[in-house]
Amino acid sequence: MKELTVDATVDNITSVTDFVDEQLNAFGCPLKAKMQIDIAIDELFGNIAHYAYKPDVGPATVRVEENENPPAVIITFIDHGVQYDPLSAEEPDITLSAEERRVGGLGIYIVKKSMDEITYEYKDGQNILKIKKNI
Amino acid sequence: MTINMISEDNQIILSLSGRLDATNAPKLEAELKKSINGVEKLVFDFKELEYISSAGLRVLLNSQKVMNKQGEMIVRNVNDTIADVFEITGFVDILTIE
Repeated sequence: MKELTVDATVDNITSVTDFVDEQLNAFGCPLKAKMQIDIAIDELFGNIAHYAYKPDVGPATVRVEENENPPAVIITFIDHGVQYDPLSAEEPDITLSAEERRVGGLGIYIVKKSMDEITYEYKDGQNILKIKKNI
Repeated sequence: MTINMISEDNQIILSLSGRLDATNAPKLEAELKKSINGVEKLVFDFKELEYISSAGLRVLLNSQKVMNKQGEMIVRNVNDTIADVFEITGFVDILTIE
């Protein structure tokens, strides 16, 4: 298991992605799964950066673990900002036309659809969001 | 992400490479804001683009809305990962993908 703690800012998305990719490469994670995980990082860490400590800046921890049997990657995002369960967000209507569309809610929806498991808990003042991708 | 723009008559071809994510989407949005006026055909070439997140979808949606009024917009050369994102989000029905 490896983890990285940085300020939750949009500018740090790249360093978090690079950190996670390094572990994924070490696990032999296939390219497509890696890209899906990278998208999930953008959505989830991006959400923390935008909302958790608004208008201040606070830390977020990203933990990467490998599960050997069955082979999977588990990534955990932890912040101690405002309590928020992204899984509670209403699902977007993906059948609307361009004119009627709003993009809100699409990010978490993409993550739900592209990961094998996603769980949220609020514990000891921390938002703990965990995603699992079989590889 | 790098943006390569070819502009000719009323057409623009934007070739993107790298990642279209929350970090880079504002850069693309600013570029489009500058250039989209009077454009009748807008082409996004995603041959070198690795992936797109919802921040990128937002920019594509806004561009599509503008182009619905003034011409056409085409997205070409999408990879598997990007095609999946378009499929999951229903953007396959909003965008013209070649």
